[in-house]
Amino acid sequence: MTITLTVNGVDHAVDAPPDTPLLYVLRDDLALNGAKYGCGLGQCGACTVHVDGKPVFSCVTPVAAVAGRRVRTVEGLGTVDTPGILQQAFIAEQAAQCGYCISGMIMRAQALLDGVRRPTDAQIRAHMQPNLCRCGTHGRILKAVRRAADMMGGTVPQAVRS
Amino acid sequence: MSMSPLDHAKAPSRRAFLGGGGALVVAFSLAPRALAQLAGGGEGGAGPAVIAPDLKGSLKNHPWLDAWIRVDGDGRVTVFTGKVELGQGIRTALIQVAAEELDLPPGAITLVTADTRRTPDEGLTAGSHSMQDSGTAILNAAANVRMLLTNAAAALWRVPAGGLATTGDGHVRGPDGRLAAYGDLAAGLSLHVAAVPDAPLRNPADYRTLGKPLPRVDIPAKLTGGAAYLHDMRLPGMLHARVVRGPAEGTRLVEPDIQAVEAMPGVVKVVRRGAFLAVVAERQWTAIQALRHLQRAAHARVTAPLPAGAATGAPLSGDAVEAVLNTLTPRDIAIEDTRTPTGPAVHTVQARYTRPWISHGSIGPSCALARFQDGEMTIWTHSQGTFDVARVVTELLGLPAEKVHAIHAEGAGCYGQNGADDVAADAAVIAFAVPGRPIRLQWMREQEFGWEPLGPGMVTRLAASLDADNRIVAWRHEVWSNPHNNRPVGAGGVLAGAEVDPPFAAPEGKPIPMPEGDGSRNSNPLYTFANTHVLYHFLKDMPVRVSALRSLGAHLNVFSIESMLDELAAAAGIDPLALRLAHMEDPRARDVMQAMAAGFDWAGRPRGDGRRGCGMAFARYKNLGAYCAVALEVEIDRETGRAWVRRAFAAVDCGQPANPDGVRNQIEGGLIQSLSWTGHEAMAFSPERRAAFDWSGYPILRFQDVPGTIDVRVVDRPGLPFLGTAEAAQGPTAAALANAIADATGVRLRDMPLAPDRLKAALGPV
Ligand code: FES
Ligand code: FES
Repeated sequence: MTITLTVNGVDHAVDAPPDTPLLYVLRDDLALNGAKYGCGLGQCGACTVHVDGKPVFSCVTPVAAVAGRRVRTVEGLGTVDTPGILQQAFIAEQAAQCGYCISGMIMRAQALLDGVRRPTDAQIRAHMQPNLCRCGTHGRILKAVRRAADMMGGTVPQAVRS
Repeated sequence: MSMSPLDHAKAPSRRAFLGGGGALVVAFSLAPRALAQLAGGGEGGAGPAVIAPDLKGSLKNHPWLDAWIRVDGDGRVTVFTGKVELGQGIRTALIQVAAEELDLPPGAITLVTADTRRTPDEGLTAGSHSMQDSGTAILNAAANVRMLLTNAAAALWRVPAGGLATTGDGHVRGPDGRLAAYGDLAAGLSLHVAAVPDAPLRNPADYRTLGKPLPRVDIPAKLTGGAAYLHDMRLPGMLHARVVRGPAEGTRLVEPDIQAVEAMPGVVKVVRRGAFLAVVAERQWTAIQALRHLQRAAHARVTAPLPAGAATGAPLSGDAVEAVLNTLTPRDIAIEDTRTPTGPAVHTVQARYTRPWISHGSIGPSCALARFQDGEMTIWTHSQGTFDVARVVTELLGLPAEKVHAIHAEGAGCYGQNGADDVAADAAVIAFAVPGRPIRLQWMREQEFGWEPLGPGMVTRLAASLDADNRIVAWRHEVWSNPHNNRPVGAGGVLAGAEVDPPFAAPEGKPIPMPEGDGSRNSNPLYTFANTHVLYHFLKDMPVRVSALRSLGAHLNVFSIESMLDELAAAAGIDPLALRLAHMEDPRARDVMQAMAAGFDWAGRPRGDGRRGCGMAFARYKNLGAYCAVALEVEIDRETGRAWVRRAFAAVDCGQPANPDGVRNQIEGGLIQSLSWTGHEAMAFSPERRAAFDWSGYPILRFQDVPGTIDVRVVDRPGLPFLGTAEAAQGPTAAALANAIADATGVRLRDMPLAPDRLKAALGPV
């Protein structure tokens, strides 16, 4: 069945069974690499994307449920050549080891920064709690989110592209 | 600078460069394969044969310069390594090494990682060996090439080579200022020559790239949805597969409903080979639904039952871990035995320490791509042993070795042998049955938890004595462990090998000899103690599937040694750091402990008061890798038993750091991961199988439990040999946590995990 969804501002008509998790539509039909399969159970956050501005686990969100809604993935925040603010902050902090969790981390963090101008460190930790990292990059991830919040708040200048 | 997996798929093989105009490659330099059946490069196996013992690092196995470095006529440089990126930043570090000794900007270098047709076989990427093996080889190979280029310029200009210098941008400069480009010089030069041992190295004081915190080359693509992982490869005509197994190792499905699945729209094929079963579909979701349908079948245990003591359905107590290991017959291996006359013991402490079975817990379940076309099998794998994957598949499918090609592409962090090797073999079996179509196979979350080899459960028993002068006059350390290295080198080592008909026998477990050791790793203290007796009770029979987990036995052995030192210090009422320094002669070990003491302000630390306390620990990984000291300050919630690390400080000496920020990243990550293992984790077992299949059954540390601050001081050692860093924090962090909890509460926890319920129980009513 054909389902129309808007991903990073572009409309796509995809032919997929309606119960297909959004994750597989993004990865296999739209060839977007950002959202990752981690658990398929809503327990790890590797697949985090935004639907209408809210973070969701794309692995447990049927594609039919996002028909006509706005989906945003990490690809929508920036590119290698023009990274978005959070991506710049993660690069500046070198906040990745294997990096498999990081797209989901960035999308989770983006949802916080979209709503809260100046989050406290405790707010950042609490907000990031659903997302798992096995490499132990958490300390740098927290610093990167802090840095991005400061960049958006104007306390720290935005990095010029390296 | 770095190749995406898709570039690898398109890239011509190294052989295709033969005869390429202007390139220095004359022939591909393969070392003899005499010993190549053994996994090497970091887990103690022999690895590739040593044919040039005078050379350093992996040049011993592959002395020809063109195995490592190619300089094209246009000056572009390609560097080849048999090691792979696991998220540890090795790609960037090796580029820095090559750039420094070639005296080129790092951006001028393309690095090709393990590929059975393009790179040297350097064995496994494991055991914190990559900088020692490959970094050292590339350092010296690059110095050789720079020397040859300089000599070529000297010959060209008829001047002595001593008056020439390289410029840092791909040129040699003559005494009169003349310049010659590397590419032009290379055109007249063959690199199919053996390295010499004494090619001059650049002076560390002049380093332009090495030792600098170069941003990692792989990170931008990983943050922006680039094709950074094997998982992101999409080959034309690719199909999606799922392998079908019982819920956990040792089980099999009973009569799964194959007919129904074959009739499902979108299912291309059901692959059976003996008891091996997989589904192949056009769409990934179809393959998953077919798997779910087949998994409705009943299952039965097909291997020996688990030891009764394991089957509690809950994380094992220390007694239960020991009860399981006690059912196995040990082979005793003496590790150290010294006798020195001493004064009488005044304080003696005896203790048992335990660790349960721990999962690697990779965030991304293992994945592989395979394609069988025109009689040739190509496998993309994130295994730590790319060359071993090719050997396994060669034997498993009975293919000629030259028809099997394995290429590394990145996966999620693995931290040892997770499902990577198994899934690569699975994908090859499936691809063999669907010729011409690339197969992408990813394991499901429950398969990763249920079937990957776990880090082995272990027990130690220590006894140690102090004399009246607070000298350690007796030290006894016994360790019981399964083998930690069951990495597959043939078909019997992977799951599919036991499922095909006829099956391949699983190889017998073997210990890794010291100095690297496996269950014995770091059981021999680096300290100078009188009357040291260390004994390894090696348990070859494995009731639970186990293999390498980051740091192997060092996690529990260092935990035990460094806990015992604090127990002794407490018995004698002396400072734990002072006790360690009094018994440590190695000056670099002392420096690292003192750097930790300064950075953490050990002398001014808050003293244990029931709620707050500090602990430290030290080890040199394997007694031959990096030195690492860790100090932690914990805050105890006596209501819940939660021990939160407010502040962590680590000092590390890894010789010349290739990239100090990369070193810090590894130490920070290892520290957090070890806090998770040590403080939270244990696989549970039901009577017939593992009992944790997802993150609710196997919780790991989340953001709320991450330390308040983590600082790492990298001790600079200009020009000293590289020492592997990636596993150095695991043991010291574990012991520092136990020591900090003991300092804060007076309660000594000796059985991992040092979990809140256990601490709360030990603390008693609030
Ligand atoms: S993959 Fe979606 S939460 Fe884990
Ligand atoms: S960086 Fe590897 S899982 Fe987070």
